[in-house]
Amino acid sequence: MYLQKYYDSTIGKVVKPMSSASDKVKIARKVSRPTALEYINHIFTGFIELHGDRNFKDDKAVVGGIAYLNETPVTVIGIQKGHTTEENIERNFGSPHPEGYRKALRLMKQAEKFKRPIITFVNTSGAYCGVGAEERGQGEAIARNLFEMANLKVPIISVIIGEGGSGGALALAVADRVWMLENSVYSILSPEGFASILWRDSSRAKEAAELMKITAENLLEMGVIDKVIKEAAGGAQNDFSFTANLLKTRLENEISELTSKDIQTLLKERYDRFRKFGDFTE
Amino acid sequence: MNLFKKKPLPEKTEKAKKTDSKSTPAVPDGMCVKCSGCGKTVYKKELGENKICPECFHYFRIGAKERVKMTADKNTFEEFDKTMHALNPLNYPEYEEKIKSMQEKTGINDAVLSGKCKIGGQETVLCVMDAGFIMGSMGSVVGEKITRAFEYATENKLPIIIFTASGGARMQEGIVSLMQMAKVSAAAAKHSQAGLLYVTVLTDPTTGGVTASFAMLGDIILSEPKALIGFAGRRVIEQTIKQKLPDEFQSAEFLLEHGFVDKIVERECLPNVLTEILRFHNRKGRETNE
Ligand SMILES: [Zn+2]
Repeated sequence: MYLQKYYDSTIGKVVKPMSSASDKVKIARKVSRPTALEYINHIFTGFIELHGDRNFKDDKAVVGGIAYLNETPVTVIGIQKGHTTEENIERNFGSPHPEGYRKALRLMKQAEKFKRPIITFVNTSGAYCGVGAEERGQGEAIARNLFEMANLKVPIISVIIGEGGSGGALALAVADRVWMLENSVYSILSPEGFASILWRDSSRAKEAAELMKITAENLLEMGVIDKVIKEAAGGAQNDFSFTANLLKTRLENEISELTSKDIQTLLKERYDRFRKFGDFTE
Repeated sequence: MNLFKKKPLPEKTEKAKKTDSKSTPAVPDGMCVKCSGCGKTVYKKELGENKICPECFHYFRIGAKERVKMTADKNTFEEFDKTMHALNPLNYPEYEEKIKSMQEKTGINDAVLSGKCKIGGQETVLCVMDAGFIMGSMGSVVGEKITRAFEYATENKLPIIIFTASGGARMQEGIVSLMQMAKVSAAAAKHSQAGLLYVTVLTDPTTGGVTASFAMLGDIILSEPKALIGFAGRRVIEQTIKQKLPDEFQSAEFLLEHGFVDKIVERECLPNVLTEILRFHNRKGRETNE
């Protein structure tokens, strides 16, 4: 059931579907927006969370583990935000440190060893910007994931469920299929950051959001993503199981299609998927 | 080994350390130039071909063309993709005009020069970024040129050397710039799988999406002394943590200490060090492949 209007309890009024890019930014960032763990628990069974990067610590902004998609064993990884300030502090507001990306890579390598498809849920305003993150090589951690994911010998599907902020999102989204929930955004950096860097005026964020082509609709058109998953009017929080069930069905179909490809074909298609990006002339 | 011996530096370099490298100017036209390391006005010709301040040993930024001249054996550089130029995926206002004026100013088509050459008689692919071209930012053209350079190197079983100098992704191209990080990294991975050598030389500044992709993927990562290298910008971090950061934060020396750079090499030693590294891997390649 796709609702045209819905009573949004977080703002206390009836909302209509919204369409502008800056409206989507607002929905994508709502604290009530369903998080990675909620999708994981709804879509998969028998989830066992696995912790740590085996090097420095367990980054709670990244969750991951093994689970079943129906009968198929898979590895699931997500960037986790919270619904409350307390939860968000625990999850560092969904901004991973290098050890978060390295935990993700460890679990992806494990998936490759046991030939399990990988499903990632991306929801971050960006990789964390801090002293420890720089000391431990945030740039290297992201770069390594891009490099390794390009050749992981198992199918990878990435779903942007909220914010897809820059390299910190891409580090979990070098995949065979990249999908977005209808009200998610995916961008080079936040509209505020874009406005502040290019126009030295972060108050022009709204204008930046419209210009930057960050919505699922824009990105589908540009070929950056392959599929848009519908949400209830006003956002997935208004009818969580609608979006989660839809996503589950799509994942089941896609995983079985991707698993049927031979690995060399899969890797070649993954390479070509990213190889084509660029807007230039000669 | 003589190659790796550093020249003793004068005391004054402490002061050079303290300057904000973001404000470091390239050598402008005219007879004299003010050094942002020591603040003194020096004759341009006194900087010498390596563009180093004679007073304080501060490194001036150098453009891609000049770097190629300093690095490649004489008359060996053959440039790739000379005529490629950027389009405007976001229809960003006046982006085409900006590209055009940058092309006129720098004499290159975008923020990287790519090609093949010989260094110390060794054949190699070489890419050099230019911080003077929209902060050396990576958009479609930089991404495509570097990807093609990797693909050429893979096909022809050649090593690749990349000098990085970049503020990160090209904001004006939006998400297309972000995708370049994945594209280039995948090409680097293919080159690596073919058992070929990739050396990065980090120069001032190397930040953002370039750090978070090919800059950090070299088999061997060299850096010029005191280069600014990092993922996030210093100001962003200071705003996040609400504290001032120490001067040496995100310097080449800081990265060396934390294990993200293999070796800091003085500018004047770079051609020799690169020659030695290329020669070392050449010999190994011959032994295992034949
Ligand atoms: Zn000086």
